[in-house]
Amino acid sequence: MISSFKKALDSGKFIITCELAPPKGINLDKTAHHIDLLKDKVHAMNLTDHQSSVMRFPSLGGALLVKEMGGEPILQMTCRDRNRLALQADLLFAASRGILNVLCLTGDSVMLGDHKTAKGVFDLDSSQLLATIRTLEKGKDLGGGDLDGYPPDFCAGAIVTPEAKPIEPQLIKFEKKIEAGAEFIQTQAVYDLDKMKAFMGYARQFPVKILAGIILLTSAPMARFMNKNIAGVNVPQALIDEIAAAPKGGAITKGIEIAGRMIKRIHEEKMCDGVHIMAIGKEELVPEIMAAAGLTP
Amino acid sequence: MIRSITKPKSKEEIHSLLGGLNRIYIIGCGTCVTLTHTGGAPEVAAMKEALLDSGKLVTGQIVVPVACDNLTSEILSEEIEKIEQADVLLIMTCAFGVQTISSQLKRMVVPALDTLFIGKETASGQFNEICTQCGTCVIGETGGICPVTNCHKGLINGPCGGTNQGKCEIDSNKDCAWTLIYNRLSELGRLDSMRKLHGPRNFLGEPKPGKYEMAKS
Ligand code: SF4
Ligand code: SF4
Repeated sequence: MISSFKKALDSGKFIITCELAPPKGINLDKTAHHIDLLKDKVHAMNLTDHQSSVMRFPSLGGALLVKEMGGEPILQMTCRDRNRLALQADLLFAASRGILNVLCLTGDSVMLGDHKTAKGVFDLDSSQLLATIRTLEKGKDLGGGDLDGYPPDFCAGAIVTPEAKPIEPQLIKFEKKIEAGAEFIQTQAVYDLDKMKAFMGYARQFPVKILAGIILLTSAPMARFMNKNIAGVNVPQALIDEIAAAPKGGAITKGIEIAGRMIKRIHEEKMCDGVHIMAIGKEELVPEIMAAAGLTP
Repeated sequence: MIRSITKPKSKEEIHSLLGGLNRIYIIGCGTCVTLTHTGGAPEVAAMKEALLDSGKLVTGQIVVPVACDNLTSEILSEEIEKIEQADVLLIMTCAFGVQTISSQLKRMVVPALDTLFIGKETASGQFNEICTQCGTCVIGETGGICPVTNCHKGLINGPCGGTNQGKCEIDSNKDCAWTLIYNRLSELGRLDSMRKLHGPRNFLGEPKPGKYEMAKS
């Protein structure tokens, strides 16, 4: 069994993924609505794992819902909340339900979230989680034991921050993730495409598919907030000015236009293998962003 | 020299730990907590004042030279009358001292400090955690800088995505260990060591509670 996302990656098509955050609680109506709206428009949907260390419905549950509704999930897994036993167990469960795409992350500190006094686990890191996936596929667990019925091929991915400062340690980690088995990379949000192009000049030497991260800008203050608070995200002043100059109530329309324009350039110049659209709470706008980019599902 | 780094518990917490206990004997220490100004002679005197102001009775106080030393019991035996008049010992030493004294005197103890880490004074008045005694030392591959202790997440394969301008994602006043390690290895011309993919860490160096017996010769 090969995941449809992996098939799409291998096909050489321009890949579109997007991101869904499961709810805080068990009311899945909105998540289901977004899945329904997007499942036939994108190649796969990421389900975030307690993003920013804020406790929510599990990414595994969200991925299962996507699967049940006929979509293609990418299960995000961080190493913050589970030790190696729990991570392996969840991978086995995912595989048993046909959830085969996994994005491996180290995870934010619990101190950034809403349970600040909790214990951060970090028994493994992102590169070790990738290697764990490759081990399970061979029918073994990390303790060296044999699995009774082992997972088919996962499609494992990781992230990189192309604008991290300093960049060199980040690139060493990036190369280790590929060595550990990453087949695809979804990047942190990028806004300066010339810098992205330079990063791709380096990254192209590795056998890995790269999807550029696009976060929808919704206002000038939101852009400034990201510049100040999110490591490696840098919205150039020109874009902030552009969105600030939008007519009253028109900032989101402007944000959609900017995202569309960036995706269009990435696509036309064949800069990356695809894009990963993060509309942060406004997932219903993903089809409009795609339309603004001239992409048809 | 390694030091036990402490900070005072809040007045409220001490008040609640003392509960209905009114007769108090205070113990400070002349070593680490004197250096950090958390349990030396001036702090013990200030604590006495504060307790008297809140209506407590202080049966006595002392600043022992090294609270975690086995000799502490001998020094305290000279104070035994005042100690026996007290309902509780309020101990302004690190938790090594508190536990040493409680095992020696077998009396009710209340720590007045929180013990933060075993650290080193790296600049005047600044203390940093250097090693958390993990039992499986990895710094032979990280240029002598400990990622287990200095990286907030204890990562051994390089930085997480939160690293920002050489600082850690949790606090812009704390260095990112992996920027430090990168710089050190780069200076030493040993970045190959950082490129090595490490498997899961061995957390079983010495299972808690740590215990070590020297081989008999
Ligand atoms: S790896 Fe770090 S915490 Fe462990 S023994 Fe070495 S210096 Fe200490
Ligand atoms: S920012 Fe650096 S020190 Fe902080 S958790 Fe990440 S890698 Fe570790």
